[in-house]
Amino acid sequence: MSEPLTCDVVVVGAGMTGAACALYAARAGLDVTVVDRGPVAGGTTGAGEGNLLVSDKEPGPELRLALLSLRLWADLAQELGREVEYEAKGGLVVAANPETLDALGTFADAQRAAGVTADPVPAGRLHDLEPLLAPGLAGGVHYPQDAQVMPALAAAHLLRASGARLLAGREVTRVLHTPEGTVRGVRTDRGDLHAPAVVNAAGTWGGELAARAGVSLPVLPRRGFVLVTEPLPPRIRHKVYAADYVADVASDSAALQTSPVVEGTAAGPVLIGASRERVGFDRSLSLPAVRALAAGATRLFPFLSGVRAVRTYAGFRPYLPDHLPAIGPDPRMPGLFHACGHEGAGIGLAPGTGLLIAQALTGHPPGLDLTPFRPDRFPPTAQEAEQ
Amino acid sequence: MRTDLAVIGAGPAGLAAALAAERRGLRVALVDAAPEPGGQFYRQPAPALRAERPQALHHQWRTWTRLRDRLATSRVRLLTEHHVWSVERTPEELIVHALLGPEQEEPAEVRARAVLLATGAYETVLPFPGWTLPGVVTAGGAQAMLKGGLVVPGRTAVVAGTGPLLLPVATGLAAAGVRVGALVESADPGRTLRHAGPLAGKLPEGAGYAARLLRHRVPVLVRHTVLRAHGEGRLTGVTVAALDARGRVRPGTERRLPCDTLAVSHGMLPHTDLAESLGCRLDGLTVAVDAEQRTDVPGVWAAGEATGVGGSGLALAEGHVAGRSIAARLRGAVPDPGQWAPAARARARLRASAGALDAVFAPPAGWAERVTDDTVVCRCEEVTAGAVRAGLALGAGDARTVKLLTRAGMGWCQGRMCGPAVAGLTHRDPTPPRRPFARPVPLGVLARQHEENTDPAPGSGPDLDAGPDSGAGPDLGVASDLGGSPAPDAGPAPDAGPDLGAAPDPGGSPAPGGGPDPDAGPAPHDGPDPHGHHTERGSS
Repeated sequence: MSEPLTCDVVVVGAGMTGAACALYAARAGLDVTVVDRGPVAGGTTGAGEGNLLVSDKEPGPELRLALLSLRLWADLAQELGREVEYEAKGGLVVAANPETLDALGTFADAQRAAGVTADPVPAGRLHDLEPLLAPGLAGGVHYPQDAQVMPALAAAHLLRASGARLLAGREVTRVLHTPEGTVRGVRTDRGDLHAPAVVNAAGTWGGELAARAGVSLPVLPRRGFVLVTEPLPPRIRHKVYAADYVADVASDSAALQTSPVVEGTAAGPVLIGASRERVGFDRSLSLPAVRALAAGATRLFPFLSGVRAVRTYAGFRPYLPDHLPAIGPDPRMPGLFHACGHEGAGIGLAPGTGLLIAQALTGHPPGLDLTPFRPDRFPPTAQEAEQ
Repeated sequence: MRTDLAVIGAGPAGLAAALAAERRGLRVALVDAAPEPGGQFYRQPAPALRAERPQALHHQWRTWTRLRDRLATSRVRLLTEHHVWSVERTPEELIVHALLGPEQEEPAEVRARAVLLATGAYETVLPFPGWTLPGVVTAGGAQAMLKGGLVVPGRTAVVAGTGPLLLPVATGLAAAGVRVGALVESADPGRTLRHAGPLAGKLPEGAGYAARLLRHRVPVLVRHTVLRAHGEGRLTGVTVAALDARGRVRPGTERRLPCDTLAVSHGMLPHTDLAESLGCRLDGLTVAVDAEQRTDVPGVWAAGEATGVGGSGLALAEGHVAGRSIAARLRGAVPDPGQWAPAARARARLRASAGALDAVFAPPAGWAERVTDDTVVCRCEEVTAGAVRAGLALGAGDARTVKLLTRAGMGWCQGRMCGPAVAGLTHRDPTPPRRPFARPVPLGVLARQHEENTDPAPGSGPDLDAGPDSGAGPDLGVASDLGGSPAPDAGPAPDAGPDLGAAPDPGGSPAPGGGPDPDAGPAPHDGPDPHGHHTERGSS
């Protein structure tokens, strides 16, 4: 084993969030090492669609984080837009009937008051925005701030831009601390890394990493399937979804939920989401889930009936019980910071998260109130309380 | 339709299993994507071509005619042009989902108590500079053109790569009147075969090919490789070079051979997509089975190349064992392995030779370094070797991340063509790919299945707001008629008559490649078809 490596901060996790933490920490002048048990973007980042959304968020702390992140994404796109396939495509949320449209309108009014651009689209104008949409829809709302990146490329290029040291294929087995309980680095399966600060950006495995630091963080997986079509010429211009998606995102149900989310990509294939179910880390194909996705997508865009799905894959959204991420210092262990639990919104929320973590690491006041994201906000389970 | 056993793949393994199970009283559906049974090994010319002597292109023609005749007189339901995209396991049964005909737009289902995966294997071709030129074809593709279409791919050919498939392809092309400029084999099989015990039975067969090569004046260059294919818009020749014992090019040995066709192959890979998405345990790149050919998923058996590439004789033996095991197990009986002892012995012997052949025929070390940065590796997405190497530099540590960062393997063929190449460039052993859909499936087919499996939606028009749970809980497979299908089984039939699976021809099985799959991915000369008319892939 070589000499233990010493740096200012170890970021655990080379996904989107870890990459953003590394970037903003490095730009704040810190010497950063990123360690991951797999390759870059090997977890949830590599299984996502790359959504940068405000449209699906109700007013509150997550929307504030999303608005901050979208501003930062627009800056990042100046440097890396082409490499990460950044597209400021906008979102279009549609309602099938007047009742849903009413509810959507009320939701959009509240978002507008919170700083979101949300333009009502009457039924007669929907096809100006999306010519191939199904007929007979009641109307919708256009969200020009919604955007998209290719998430694996985004993580890889942000990491490269950070200049941070990347140690891939190394698993953190323990977070090291002093007898007083202050972080002093991590132990990996291939040696120790010494640093006064450790950032938990381990995504779905963030709960496990927290446990290896001796603290609890109830991160759980929520499975989603994405259907990918054969490459098509550009036909779907926006991220298009049905208004009931918002209800699904916020739902607490463990059962399978699907609501159609359809978008084209720069590379040609159309991506179809979004299913949600809590089934642990089961990656096996669920035909009921992908059938429901296809049914929803073809209802929105009838032309898709004749288009072939070439593959489908599962990913696991890391979520916390109140559906907000954990961001910031952990008062239970000085030097430990968390940046995980972003559920299905991690790509979009990453830059804001990275900036807030960098501010915390350097002792600057946070750009957003971190209270709603406090990592110790969950009561310990009965089992943990016993220990 | 509903049946006892659904056999997927009508090649040697599937045919042997279907016949063995049918004879013992099971209702059997034999499902295959091709218009005719036989698989890649017994690929048949289309009847409209009126071939007079198709047997000239085949080995074991007698075995095939016996299988064919028995199939014709059996009660096996032969379902041709059924392209299987998934097998679904429900608490009650297994459902084989297929798409019909060349268009692959209309769905069909076979519901069965047991499934045998006899999905075969597909050909591997590793990239080299110039391999995308028109005129470069897979060796299996060239053979399929001969067997199925009775056409020859060119006038002057070079056959190159590695593996036992090269011999029959070279002799087949020569017999069809193509001038074969050279057979270029990167291994040194003669030298190894002379020292290999399990391959002793292969020597007469190899000698037969050698005699035919000699008769057609085909020069054989062992321990040689094709460095580059040349041509402006079309193949005009190749540069070959000798390799040293470590697989490196021996400087100064390069020379150019003119040709308009290069038939190239680097071995075979099992089709494991259906097994993988059913959750069957894989052993490396093959489906793991027990002595009865059972996978570890209840109700699912596997036989033939899917469980390890070993040729038609091995496939017949495995299929026979599987058919008898299934017949017993579906009756609730424990089969007596003594009943299939001859087949089990053939299986053991042929597996040993297949293992020895694998050791002999391996791509030469250093092939990946010889792939220039501008060489296209993934043809569907037009990803070059340079882009793959850039992906590695960006932090990709494995083939999956290379795919994410470069799109290599994301296209129409889903990495069937470029998977081994990307693994090699990534310095990793190939891993079993994850392909939940064994072939592309129209969204409309999936959508209709959703509607059929859920309560009929009231009213018409877009129903986007059926509530967040509109997709929940489709009841799988409980809705359709149980009494529909006739059950003609008259109980187990007496075990008599010639037993095809038990003793493959004693001369050993030629063509250990077992049946190339010319369409495993886009054929090297034409690339992916953007309109989705990409056709058959193996016998799945």
